[in-house]
Amino acid sequence: MTTKHLRILGLALLALLALAPLLGLGVYPMHLLIMAMLWGFIYTSWALMGRLGMVSLGHGAFLGIGAYTVVLLWNAEGLPPLAGSAIAVLVAASLALLIGYPCFRFKIVGHYFALVTLALAEVVRLVIVAMRDVTGGSLGVTPVPGLQSGATGSLWALQFSDRIVWFYVILVFWVLALYVWHRVDRSMSRLALQAISEDEDAAASIGIDVTRTKLKVAVLSAVMTCIGGVLYAQYQMYVNPETVSGIGVSLQIVFGVIAGGMFVMLGPTFGAVFLLALQETLRVLVGNQVHGLDLLIYGALLIFFIIYLPKGILGTILEKVTRTEPTTVAPASGNAGAGQVPAPRGRP
Amino acid sequence: MELFDIFLLEAVINGLLLGGLLALLALGLNLIFGVIDVVWISYAELMMVGMYAIFWMYTEQGASLPLAFAFGIALVAILGAAMHQFIVRPVLSAEPINQLLVTGGVLFFLQAAATVAFGVEFRNIGIRLGGVSVADVNLSIARLIAFTVALAAIVATYLFLNRTYTGTAIRAISQDRAIMPLMGVNAGKVYLLTSAMGGALAGIAACLLVLQYDVHPAIGLSFGPITFLICVLGGLGNLVGGFIAAFIFAQFISVGGYIFKIEWGYVMAFGFFIVMMFIKPEGLFAKRR
Repeated sequence: MTTKHLRILGLALLALLALAPLLGLGVYPMHLLIMAMLWGFIYTSWALMGRLGMVSLGHGAFLGIGAYTVVLLWNAEGLPPLAGSAIAVLVAASLALLIGYPCFRFKIVGHYFALVTLALAEVVRLVIVAMRDVTGGSLGVTPVPGLQSGATGSLWALQFSDRIVWFYVILVFWVLALYVWHRVDRSMSRLALQAISEDEDAAASIGIDVTRTKLKVAVLSAVMTCIGGVLYAQYQMYVNPETVSGIGVSLQIVFGVIAGGMFVMLGPTFGAVFLLALQETLRVLVGNQVHGLDLLIYGALLIFFIIYLPKGILGTILEKVTRTEPTTVAPASGNAGAGQVPAPRGRP
Repeated sequence: MELFDIFLLEAVINGLLLGGLLALLALGLNLIFGVIDVVWISYAELMMVGMYAIFWMYTEQGASLPLAFAFGIALVAILGAAMHQFIVRPVLSAEPINQLLVTGGVLFFLQAAATVAFGVEFRNIGIRLGGVSVADVNLSIARLIAFTVALAAIVATYLFLNRTYTGTAIRAISQDRAIMPLMGVNAGKVYLLTSAMGGALAGIAACLLVLQYDVHPAIGLSFGPITFLICVLGGLGNLVGGFIAAFIFAQFISVGGYIFKIEWGYVMAFGFFIVMMFIKPEGLFAKRR
């Protein structure tokens, strides 16, 4: 199977997905599809940075900013979420610039970058908890219902009682994220960033503006994650600090992407589907009898995946599939055999 | 408010006492990072396991407190060694981010294991040591003990590293991972020993914390992030830097928490960390290269 076949297969699956709501799926399957695409959107946003050597453990910060800014402005000021999300995006972008610029300027990479961003996620979580008079603290907050009686949706309040609306809204954003991935993948920035992630000094020596290039992708990733937070809050109609910010969700994002495979376009989405399927299966099978058992198996599987499948599930599958058939373009050695799959950053 | 406020003084002293405890945790994590070059995100969860082990031995098995403490320390030391043997060793040659994440998986795993075994309720061993009053300043005895024991453990670790043959081997490995095996040092053994030592230090911290705090599955999250930020602030792998940074952090948490609210103390500490990263990215007291 070549990459062309894969692309056709992908488009066919996408068409099938777009038709899914017309099949009259129940509430629960629809909810799962929506959540898979929503997390797929967020994971893909993270992976834009992550696969180019900028591993952020702080994307919970941007998720939290998106979710809380919009909900709080709506509840307190009655500002419509569409306007609120513009403000949230501005805040997220400014924060990404504020943290990213010095980080990239002073070459904070690797462990240090991961831990600085992790501090950022914790700061946002703690600020939300500390401002409990406005944010409701650890108990979370619910957007004030904005639907007129009888109406099923309101663009003003960005609330829709019909899941089909959410399905298409989130489908559009998810496809958009894949498109952004594709564009970044084809851009000069990607080549520059890949060079940077291999060796920053060497990249700078051939005229790449390291700080600027990294910053562009980081801000893009932060803004998209922030939008993910807005969508999450408006769809779920409830947010609390633990689920949208802090170390827990930040790690979950990274895990999902690693499980799926961060070097292929659909890898992050695959990770989202996989994590969701795993969580739901375990919840149904064991969750109600022994509290915590589902998370126990979940944690064990994550450890297993990282040790034995470092390229992720989809990454490994695609590598196998595309390698069995002789490829016409590139010699099938190492990662070059995976066609459009960019080579993972190897250790020198 | 008068300038020299007795409660402020109390907050400063409490910060100092907290600093000792944080320094102990930072020492264990730094030791492991310095030698093996892997950050254990789940380090505070090992401590949480120790707290549960002590709780279980003392209240459910009816063991005496010293026996429960010994059991807790031994268990966490073994857990540390096991963590290295089964989790970290297989990824030693993998990408650094995979090493970081695999210990993140352990974090989820241990939290869930504690939930399965003990539930999400807050548990305590039912010992309240009370406080003493020195010149109108109220001090908790448990905190004083924690400070003293933590400092003693830090000094003991320092002496071990500098005065014994094994300690010298550990320091040598941390200076050059590639050369020392050629000199006849068994790197695998040193890694295992260091992990067990790191575990034992977390176990000691567990003994001290169980006297002050209730134990619950998420308690690691209240100490974990602070611990590794302290290590980064002091320069990852720099034992002295981590020690000093622990006291700086503790003052932010204690005094900041006193002036505003307890969460703001943490926010200020984390904010200070981020600002410092920009001023001195390699850590306040980075190792000279």
